[in-house]
Amino acid sequence: MELATLLWGLVAVVGVPLLLCGYVAATEKLLGLAPARRRNALRPWLWLAPGFVPLAVFLIYPALHTLLLSFLNATSTRFVGVANYAYIFSTRSMLTVLRNNILWLVVFTGVTVVLGLIIAVLTDRVGYEWVVKATIFVPMAISFVAAGVIWKFMYQYQPAGTAQVGTVNAALSALSSSFKPQAWLFNKAENNWALIAVGVWMWTGFAMVILSAALKGIDESLFEAARIEGANEIQIFFRIILPLMKPTVIVVTTTLVISVLKIFDIVYVMTNGSLDTDVIANQMYKEMFNYQNFGRASAIATLLLLAIVPVMALNIKRFGRRGATP
Amino acid sequence: MKKSRPGVLLPFLALPLLCSAADPSGKIGGRVSVLGVWGGQELDVFNDMVKPFEQRTGVKVEFEGTRDLDAVLTTRVEAGNPPDLALLPNPGKMAELARQGKLVDLNGVIDVAKMKQAYAKSWLELGSVDGKLVGIFPKASLKGLVWYVPKNLKAAGITVPKSWDDLMAQSQALAKKGVAPWAIGIESGAASGWVGTDWLENIFLKTYGPTKYVAWYEGKLPWTSPEVKSVWQAWGRIVNDPKMAYGGSAYVLSTNFGQAFTPLFENPPQAYFHFQATFIQSFIQKQYPNLKPGADFDFFALPPEKPEFAKAAEIAGDLMGMFKKTPQSAALIEYMTSAEAQAYWVKAANGISPNRKVALGDYPDPLSRGAAQILTAADITVFDASDMMPSKMGTAFFSAVVNFISNPDQLDHILADLESVRKDAYAAK
Amino acid sequence: MTASAAAVHTGAVAVRGALRTTVHLVLVVVSLLWLTPTLGLFISSLRPAGLVTTTGWWRAFSTPFRFTLENYAHVLVQANMGRSFVNSLVVAIPATVMPILVAAFAAYAFAWMRFPGRNALFLVVVGLLVVPLQVTLIPVLRMFNAAHLTGTFAAVWIAHTAYGLPFAIYLLRSFIEGLPGEMMESASLDGASHAQIFFRLVLPTSVPAIASLAIFQFMWVWNDLLVALIYLGGTPRVAPMTVTISNLVNSYGGGWQYLTAAAFISMLLPLVVFFALQRYFVRGILTGSVKG
Repeated sequence: MELATLLWGLVAVVGVPLLLCGYVAATEKLLGLAPARRRNALRPWLWLAPGFVPLAVFLIYPALHTLLLSFLNATSTRFVGVANYAYIFSTRSMLTVLRNNILWLVVFTGVTVVLGLIIAVLTDRVGYEWVVKATIFVPMAISFVAAGVIWKFMYQYQPAGTAQVGTVNAALSALSSSFKPQAWLFNKAENNWALIAVGVWMWTGFAMVILSAALKGIDESLFEAARIEGANEIQIFFRIILPLMKPTVIVVTTTLVISVLKIFDIVYVMTNGSLDTDVIANQMYKEMFNYQNFGRASAIATLLLLAIVPVMALNIKRFGRRGATP
Repeated sequence: MKKSRPGVLLPFLALPLLCSAADPSGKIGGRVSVLGVWGGQELDVFNDMVKPFEQRTGVKVEFEGTRDLDAVLTTRVEAGNPPDLALLPNPGKMAELARQGKLVDLNGVIDVAKMKQAYAKSWLELGSVDGKLVGIFPKASLKGLVWYVPKNLKAAGITVPKSWDDLMAQSQALAKKGVAPWAIGIESGAASGWVGTDWLENIFLKTYGPTKYVAWYEGKLPWTSPEVKSVWQAWGRIVNDPKMAYGGSAYVLSTNFGQAFTPLFENPPQAYFHFQATFIQSFIQKQYPNLKPGADFDFFALPPEKPEFAKAAEIAGDLMGMFKKTPQSAALIEYMTSAEAQAYWVKAANGISPNRKVALGDYPDPLSRGAAQILTAADITVFDASDMMPSKMGTAFFSAVVNFISNPDQLDHILADLESVRKDAYAAK
Repeated sequence: MTASAAAVHTGAVAVRGALRTTVHLVLVVVSLLWLTPTLGLFISSLRPAGLVTTTGWWRAFSTPFRFTLENYAHVLVQANMGRSFVNSLVVAIPATVMPILVAAFAAYAFAWMRFPGRNALFLVVVGLLVVPLQVTLIPVLRMFNAAHLTGTFAAVWIAHTAYGLPFAIYLLRSFIEGLPGEMMESASLDGASHAQIFFRLVLPTSVPAIASLAIFQFMWVWNDLLVALIYLGGTPRVAPMTVTISNLVNSYGGGWQYLTAAAFISMLLPLVVFFALQRYFVRGILTGSVKG
């Protein structure tokens, strides 16, 4: 019954926040019972608990379980040591897959963050800010399945000399008469870039929204002061805006870098990794669900988990700073 | 007003209880969950199909549709809450699941004797693993058909070829005139390449026969063997020749299989032959609703290399298995095998029924009727090889087709890769 | 103003003028690039399927003018569309509210409380961003089955909360950490407890970050297909819109034209959320909060 469903939803939306606030109030009361010096030591754990329990159950436990499975065979009944890892590195296609992931990592993240930043900063200066922002954001609101449909049509190929149906081929043909229509997704020289372009189109809105929120938080009086001193807009951007936005830029970049390691949907929907477009997460998907080899799938997933170690290493210094009130 | 006497009603209340206790009408109530890939019009047909079943038995059929069948099915089976009934991606996967003990032996569930009367032996064999019947086929399709437009062929002076050499000669004659004879498109999302596997399977079947064909998909014939290589080369002479395949490799790779036939229907025609299974008919009719099947477009079976294999037919079909035995799921799967249920697919032009008891008159047009007759009368029927192979091999086969079209000169390399996958894919886990 | 100063001033104005034109140019070009695919999809959703596959969408503006609402009609009259819209709402709204609040508590603890292992634990949280959804499906489903939660909305709420926490905690912590330390210190010197600081100071000033988070979390849950399908199920009674929409397409891919219309119907609500929450991105709420 729809009504019952709606009611349950209402209960959740109102009840859970109330529960959480009640929880914090209750823990404060409880802490009041503890000796004063223990209070500050215990409180952080109580505040972290509502977050950590779901994390532990839904993410940490499966990750550890996966690590364990990576040392077992396909049906998880026999210990096989590092056989799964050995297999992964012995397949010729692995190098291509790694190359693709690195391509996504560098190109996708770089372009998305830079574009997002530029748009956030530029739209701040114009009256039609919301129009531009909405245009850039809309792709994020489209589901992957629909995005797959759009871009298949964008990249469609018709032989040279016939009417083009694909937007990209048509536009480029209109711009230059010597342009030969390309089968973007099926040409090894072009397909990875075509897929990355789809990713950039979808995710720039993400970077833009977050960076814009940070930008709005910067005190405008800083700009005024700089302008009075004769600084031009470009100097203001590099000397005031960028340094102040650095923490947010790092958050956005780190999030995208880590998330793009497991890029899956775009590749799966558009090419399923054929013709050298495959990525790690797609290989893991195939091993797990198509071939049902849980040992190999888990080994691939573990490699993915390990891949973030360098990213974290680079970020450690940053996480270490900043004080706190006791 | 006298107060109503509730006591009077009591005997009437007992009636339903008496009825359900020993109900001769077959009403069992309850629900049955079905997981499948059907969507869109297929799903509408399925819903219509189960309505009489639901009315008769009082069972509520809960269908969950997903295009990601592998992911959802694997997850639910491994986690312990499989659906009662599910469509299985292919017989290869069915064998894997059966050997893991996840599929119910249908011998105690459906009337196998009745099935033996209605179905050719091969359908029951295909659905069996190690002697146990675990899968049934709600609907089927016939592969290895060459579609054409009769009036275009006539205008070009071509007659329906009777042998492979004849077909090649006619194709080359057309190519010399400047028109590509074949329209091919292999794009199909995650499964791109299966069109090519159908080509290769049918060429193989019509050249080397069913025994070698079965050995091939059972992993007993190496991919690097001369037989297999010759089949790829034969196909290569069509698909990798830009004069033979419309639009060249770029078109073949990027065109969706459901759109690839359009050059045949252009004016003047841009191609003459299109190789595809029976289900392409509904695509053609959707795109060109004014064309009459049979009169405006028709098919002939791929001509054989060796005349003894002329009547060999490659079939494919949807496969359904049972994960949880309940009275409701048993009733539904029995119903799905019946001619009554399968007639729904047939009337909606959604497939051919492997059930011989479905009246030929139920088929909506002469083409599908003809296909049904071929299916039931064929003396050699084999199932789609890539569906029979273990998933890893089948997937590698699809990718190999894509690679072959993209890099035709790398055939030996591609076959060697397939060979290494074969050693891995058929090994016991 | 001296002559040379006037010249410099005019030069500066010219540069600023050129700069302004560049700004407009860049924004217009980028907007057009971004708009084209969406526009193409929109126009395609108003054309019959046969035309979409044979002619580019820009041809729709030349004769013959063949537009149709048939795709939209087909999607909207689907037997289950109304109920799945409600289901989607019931899944998405709690699954947005819950992680934000839970993450806010954790983010505050990470930002303004001192405890051993704080940095290591935070690294773990951020690192969890990399865990692919697929490796969690089987273990989590097993747990839900054992707890008899499979097929309930509670299962998807908890799941989406957990999946959304790493990013939520990361974003909120970074933001809360950037709030002026003096504000916190003076409040705590005034005798405010952490809870009071959290509810009265931190939450109100974190509104832009919470708004961004809400936009994304809502959108991701609204567009999610697999999590709902596996933990909640795909039966008509509980299916969200994404499942009902995916069922518009048959196993051969036929019916894709309905996806074009469905994409826009489904997109409406996230866009509404986006516009509704945009007003929290207005300068002024945080004036003075982000300083060098």
